[in-house]
Amino acid sequence: MPTEYVKRVLAACVITVLSISNTANGLAGDTKEYRIGLTSVIFADGTAFVNDWRTYLTHHLQAPVKFVQRQTYREVTDLLLAGDLDAAWLCGYLYLQHRDELELLNVPLFKGKPLYHSYLIVPSSDTKTRKLTDLKKKVFAYSDPDSHSGYRYPQLSLISAGIEPKHFFAKTFFTWSHRDVVNAVADGVAQGGAVDSYVWETLAEKDPQLSRRTRVVSKSPEYGFPPLVTQRGLAQRRADNLREALMHMSSDDMGSKVLQILNLDGFTVGNDDLYNNIADSIRIVEQGG
Amino acid sequence: MLDDISYRVKVPFTLTLVILITACVVTLALTWRAYEELREDAFHNAVEIGSVLSNSLPNAMLHDDLWGAYRLVQAAKGWQGEASSRLLVVLDKDDLIYVSNRPSELAVTTPLRSHGAELARVEVEVLRLTGNLDPRSYEHKNDQRLYVILPMLSDGVAIGTLIVGYDRSLFWPRFTSIVEKVVVSALVVTVLLLPLGWFLGNRVVSPLGQLTKCMSMVGHERPAEIVCNLRLGNDEIGRLGVSFQKMLVELEEKEQLEINMLASERLAAVGRLVAGVAHEINNPLGGMLNALNTFRHYSQTDDLGRETFSLIERGLQQIRDTVSALLVEANPRSHSLSPKDIDDIRTLLLPDVNRKSIRLVWKNEIAENIPLPSTPIRQLLINLSLNAVQASYEKGMVQCSVDSKNDILSMRVENEGPEIPKDRMMHLFEPFADGATGNGLGLWVTYQLVHLLDGNITVNSKNGKTKFKVELPIGEAM
Repeated sequence: MPTEYVKRVLAACVITVLSISNTANGLAGDTKEYRIGLTSVIFADGTAFVNDWRTYLTHHLQAPVKFVQRQTYREVTDLLLAGDLDAAWLCGYLYLQHRDELELLNVPLFKGKPLYHSYLIVPSSDTKTRKLTDLKKKVFAYSDPDSHSGYRYPQLSLISAGIEPKHFFAKTFFTWSHRDVVNAVADGVAQGGAVDSYVWETLAEKDPQLSRRTRVVSKSPEYGFPPLVTQRGLAQRRADNLREALMHMSSDDMGSKVLQILNLDGFTVGNDDLYNNIADSIRIVEQGG
Repeated sequence: MLDDISYRVKVPFTLTLVILITACVVTLALTWRAYEELREDAFHNAVEIGSVLSNSLPNAMLHDDLWGAYRLVQAAKGWQGEASSRLLVVLDKDDLIYVSNRPSELAVTTPLRSHGAELARVEVEVLRLTGNLDPRSYEHKNDQRLYVILPMLSDGVAIGTLIVGYDRSLFWPRFTSIVEKVVVSALVVTVLLLPLGWFLGNRVVSPLGQLTKCMSMVGHERPAEIVCNLRLGNDEIGRLGVSFQKMLVELEEKEQLEINMLASERLAAVGRLVAGVAHEINNPLGGMLNALNTFRHYSQTDDLGRETFSLIERGLQQIRDTVSALLVEANPRSHSLSPKDIDDIRTLLLPDVNRKSIRLVWKNEIAENIPLPSTPIRQLLINLSLNAVQASYEKGMVQCSVDSKNDILSMRVENEGPEIPKDRMMHLFEPFADGATGNGLGLWVTYQLVHLLDGNITVNSKNGKTKFKVELPIGEAM
């Protein structure tokens, strides 16, 4: 089709011109677009909230910002590793899995600490369950296979108790978001689920009707909060700019507003030590699995 | 019991019953139809859901994406207002619950039969129809829901089953509203038709009632006096009316015939008696008169004797006159009847007619001589017409007509004088009958003459007219 062909040629030209101008800008004052990947570790994924956050970052970075959202952790990680993203908000587990290629950017502060738990939840109608092993031959909801709180920690618990996780439950499934784990358990699709404490606690504040239909049975030890990470290859200046912009959020009106929506106190620098116990659990699971 | 009820009630009642039954049947049919439509709606709705889910749901099942399947089922739940009680269950290929829109009741991985008898039956139905790839509905009278079972296909192979259940109680508001409308319309139609039914029923039955009333009078009253306002026509009741009227006429005729027969038998008996007595009287009488005559010729007697003999002779003569008047005989020597004979009688009547200023209508339609003896015919016509003139009021009308048709000589004499009373009618032609005028033998003689001529005489006295009719057969030439 000639028209299609013409369109493609034109599109190619426009892209070329844009990249040339971007390169030129980058050379002048680094106004290259920041691409940040988001996963369901965060509670809110509404367009309005993302717009506010982008406005804030664009203003502080003096560069365009684009948020990229994918359904699974894995997809976002792949994009980051492929260099398509400058930074991404990932689970600590994934950060550890790709420690060689990734670098810690910021760690969010939830209730003043860069820490969170994995919650074991059951429907509120279930008043008997006291621990994960009570859910034998039940249906269990995980959030994402690459989520520490939503998959790895329950596996770790079972393995620690000497149980082979594959055949423990009657059925397991992934909801691909922590919030949907709560939904699945509240609706009774699953008789148990593993959820990020940050998500559950935030729901308890913002959507108590949903969280009230579930009961937290047990809480894991504290783990490092899912961090924002960058590719190791990212220019130091861009990483510093981004880190600074995020850290500055709590002292800015618009930034505070975004943090309020995120139900976070702010971002801190963080260090790898936060994730040591996750690294331990990876080892245990890998040995056990 | 039922037979004793009047048709005036039965027929309208039956019509009413028919209308009511029709209304009920129509109501039932429409109600049934409404129910069927609701079921069809449910089925189509389920098939629609099935077709909408037919792409995504099998895909989710193939990838064992339970949450995705649940979200699809949840989304399907929200498509219609009634959906809150619509049940969607997805069974995996082992017929265990893969997911449902009521996960808290119908737990994932459990079999349907563990959720009550109703779902156990559905499971039996699902198993029974395994291999059938068409959607089908399933219904059990005790069930809370109607079910539609839809196989979930992936590449033409069933990988699971979607069961859509519709709460029957949901149908009730729709169903009752339809039934309500149907019942109201049926009632309206019934209310409109009922008076019509009564009207038609009464219309059919009222001629029957009239007929019954008339029939019940038969036997109590003279048929001629039974006046019936019957509908005549070609339908059954009309024909019944016609037949009834005919029957009345025939009854009247029969009764008249009986009366006539009785009268003529009596008259015949009287005639025989009279003839016998006359004969017995005439013989000695003739002898006595001869003896008296002889005696008068040959004997000498004084005045007293002559006067006495004359007295005896006159007396005997009167007896002979009376007897001969009773003994009516046709004179075989009489010439045949000519038109002039009839006209002569008119001339004879005229003095009396004029005296009473009577209007005499005389119709002589005889054109030529008739082979009947003129004397007795003249005699009886004179008798009848004189009687008519005598019976007529002043300035009244008397009609006489004579004609001959089909070898019958008919004579009709009619006057407008007082009617002959019923009790006299019975003995009208008898000699010396009560109430007779003149010598009391006029009608007796007339009757005898008519019978001598093999004819018959009838009298009809009603509506202010008295009519005598004589019919005489015209035989061979005299």
